[in-house]
Amino acid sequence: MGYPHPSHPRETPVLSKHFGEPEARTLKGWRDRGGYVALEKALKMDPAEIQTIVKDSGLRGRGGAGFPTGVKWSFMKPDGKQHYLCCNADESEPGTFKDREIMRWTPHALVEGVALGAYAIYASVAYIYIRGEFTEPLEQVRAAVKEAYAAGVIGENALGTGKTVHVHVHQGAGAYICGEETALMNSLEGRRGNPRIKPPFPAVAGLFGQPTTINNVETLAATPHILNNGAEWYKQFGRPDNPKSVGTKLFSVCGNVARPGNYEVPLGFNFGEFLWDLCGGAGEGREIKAVIPGGSSVPFLTAEECRTAVMDYEGFVAAGSMLGSGGVIVFDDRQDMVRQIARLCRFYAHESCAQCSQCREGTAWTTKILERIAAGDGVAQDFDTLLSIADNMTGKTICVLSDSCATPVVSGLKKFRHEFEAKLKASPNVVSFAGTATAAAAPRAAGPTV
Amino acid sequence: MADVKQVTLTIEGRPVVVPEGTSILEAAKTAGILIPHYCYHPGLPVAGVCRMCLVEVEKFPKLAPACATAVGEGQVVHVHSPKALEARKGVLEFLLINHPLDCPICDQAGECELQDYTFQEGRADSRYLEPKRFNPVEDFGGDVLYVTNRCILCTRCVRFMDKVAQEPVLNVSERGDRATIGIHPEADLGGHAWSGNVIDLCPVGALVSKDFLNKARAWELDRTASVCPNCTQGCNSILETRDDTVVRMRPRANEAVNQYFLCDQGRLDYRWLERRDRAELPYVRAQTARGGTELAATDWDVALREAAALLNGRRARVLASPMLSNEALGLLARVVARTGGTGVFTVRTGDEAPLVGVPDLALRADRAANVIGAELLGFERREIGAVLDGLGADDVLVVADEELAGLAPTLPAGVRVLVVGTTVPTWAAGADVVLPITNMAEEEGTFTNLRGRVQRFLQAKAAHGLARPSWYVLGDLLAAMGDGEGYFTAADAFAALAAAQPSFAGLSYDALGLRGLPVADAERFAAEPALAGAA
Repeated sequence: MGYPHPSHPRETPVLSKHFGEPEARTLKGWRDRGGYVALEKALKMDPAEIQTIVKDSGLRGRGGAGFPTGVKWSFMKPDGKQHYLCCNADESEPGTFKDREIMRWTPHALVEGVALGAYAIYASVAYIYIRGEFTEPLEQVRAAVKEAYAAGVIGENALGTGKTVHVHVHQGAGAYICGEETALMNSLEGRRGNPRIKPPFPAVAGLFGQPTTINNVETLAATPHILNNGAEWYKQFGRPDNPKSVGTKLFSVCGNVARPGNYEVPLGFNFGEFLWDLCGGAGEGREIKAVIPGGSSVPFLTAEECRTAVMDYEGFVAAGSMLGSGGVIVFDDRQDMVRQIARLCRFYAHESCAQCSQCREGTAWTTKILERIAAGDGVAQDFDTLLSIADNMTGKTICVLSDSCATPVVSGLKKFRHEFEAKLKASPNVVSFAGTATAAAAPRAAGPTV
Repeated sequence: MADVKQVTLTIEGRPVVVPEGTSILEAAKTAGILIPHYCYHPGLPVAGVCRMCLVEVEKFPKLAPACATAVGEGQVVHVHSPKALEARKGVLEFLLINHPLDCPICDQAGECELQDYTFQEGRADSRYLEPKRFNPVEDFGGDVLYVTNRCILCTRCVRFMDKVAQEPVLNVSERGDRATIGIHPEADLGGHAWSGNVIDLCPVGALVSKDFLNKARAWELDRTASVCPNCTQGCNSILETRDDTVVRMRPRANEAVNQYFLCDQGRLDYRWLERRDRAELPYVRAQTARGGTELAATDWDVALREAAALLNGRRARVLASPMLSNEALGLLARVVARTGGTGVFTVRTGDEAPLVGVPDLALRADRAANVIGAELLGFERREIGAVLDGLGADDVLVVADEELAGLAPTLPAGVRVLVVGTTVPTWAAGADVVLPITNMAEEEGTFTNLRGRVQRFLQAKAAHGLARPSWYVLGDLLAAMGDGEGYFTAADAFAALAAAQPSFAGLSYDALGLRGLPVADAERFAAEPALAGAA
């Protein structure tokens, strides 16, 4: 459902089925809609069994990386240690707002998924880390947790099964980097939200040094459906020739698009149909120029590339981008790509945690160059410098924020180089006086540029 | 530790065998390969943030930080491969874009790791066309100035204060390229006795010493292995001199004593080595034309003969300084024995200030280098007020470089005084003979620290005036008294000590090296288990 727009007939609402229904927010309303059946079933099962079902279902992490959820869960063994589940509800990737809607409309779906996930990884305690700016989702989830505790759905004796699942809600302070799983754990522990070096991986030493699993909101919210309907049911969503990407996925669509909002479609959906049929294209009299299909950290696709791209993990890679978080940002023909890319980089420069040299300095440097080009003061050598900086920023840091900043620069320079070139200062060496000569007419001199 | 598995790997084509769990960076060191790095320091927890130590490990998908990657059996590591070099070049460029090129006025120049590695493998030119970021210099308290613009955010200082000093007054404030090292609003580095170490830890010129500011360029300094004389801990140190003047003292690594650290008290208390009110010449008491007496300069032969004559038939009451070397104290003990005298000393004390994160490391309450040496060699420790008690009118008071600071004792009438020291205390101005000796920066010797560890210090500068090394002077004095023939080297004097004193048996300068060894009965001085910690 492209809430607040009416649901499109070609959507497959599973997670978004009850978006827009205020009653679904209450425990009673959620139970009326089949809620907490899966949790009760799960709490009577052996956690290893749940891990197997989720593994068989083919569910992959919906936060962006797409790691198989069941495999991640299976790293957690009954070793007698205190385990933790962290639900990553920081959803800070620009262009992504799917988790927000899950939490706003169906907070119990998340609480159920979190409790189920915690039990499945032998954790008696789960944390939901909600980004600081999400005031309404925070309110809804807090209310749902409170209600669930009061009704004995979670807590010491969850649903009367004798199993213990505690769920705590934690509000972040509004840093993009806290959506990175190890930074999230640091933030939860009360430290500065800096990503940690891996190894050790969270499954070995995570939150408070204990084995920890971190899952995205959408991932966890999908697990009760899998338990209710079975792994085979979940696998039906997807294209037959790609069993690696299955299930339904929420796509947040924003930017220059006729009908922005959240759309739930099965993986393997055609991106062209999605953009132009479901979302209505760029809108009256406009053409789509570029699309970021998976949140601000993934490469651009041109309109042409969008028409044939397939909406799943492998399909977007084949098209030259990534599924990422499913945050679709649409740019129409009015947009100045240099400014847009500069704006994206400014975000990353602002949000860099400042640990790694490449990221701290590279994001800011990249932004300064792009803003200079956007202001008409670019010089030809800037392109080589930008690409070289981007290369130095990629694959060399603790987390991928640095890589994420380099991505739009590299793909922008590849696909929209003409826009960058059009902005260059005509001749860096020649001072042009108004009325005497146009800058474009002046000869391009070689030599030092500054 | 015998059951720790050994791992064999190849670094830059050289086979390396190290214990399991060692980092690639430390493993490379054992093969003599330095992997450039900034944030890593062996005395601090690993941060892995500067990304300078990226190396290529075969079969790894990405470059690996050598400081945070453990060795693996059969790994093949390339430190200087094109890929690794390119990555480091990138890091150097990033670190330099906002770094002021103020090396000509920076105290760190010449001992700056940013300078060194840039020279070694950085870009020759800058591609940075934007304005550089600016932040003002901040006073961090204590001896520390923070020159924000030069900071590369390696966080060594933050980790030192947090994990080693365990007084977390520093942090990284702000994010992105706006980040700087921040200081607690209500506390500064002046409040911690070991905070000066952040200056040494800083790989660039961001944290500089106020004391050393603009005093010397690093390349003008001569560096000498020494031992901090300011308390009984015996931290290994480096005495740095410029034109024969001590201008700085810094820690020298010794895992068994001080790891990589030196307290502020120690590092800043070196000016007394440059005192100008020194005993420069040998003196003997002589008649003046007006019928009085005065200390008259003489030559060494006369002075030594006079001193020996003074001690002939009298008991030597030696007031020794616990700052004297084992060699000097050993020879003084022989003077005491020959004359049937006594040896005493007193120790200036202060508050103990431990460095919490390092086992058995503290600025000790006894503020003198060789208290244990003096005790081992038979000197009796006394309170300062009682130090001269029992001095008889027929005795010779041998003032061995002890000024009894703050005290002006009146000596019993008739007492004869022999000064063997770097200075002549006012209260000993009536001395009969003065034998000028060199201070610890001007001579070679050993101290015994509070755990019974004997450690050598080397000569850092030339002697003052006609002063001679303490062991040389006392050797000659004994010779003049008919005991032996003196010593030509400090090593000989130490060998004589080792031969005569059971505690020092088996030790020699060669065996001690520059890290020291415990005395034979060192278990007497072991730390209480609680103090020894995990080590």
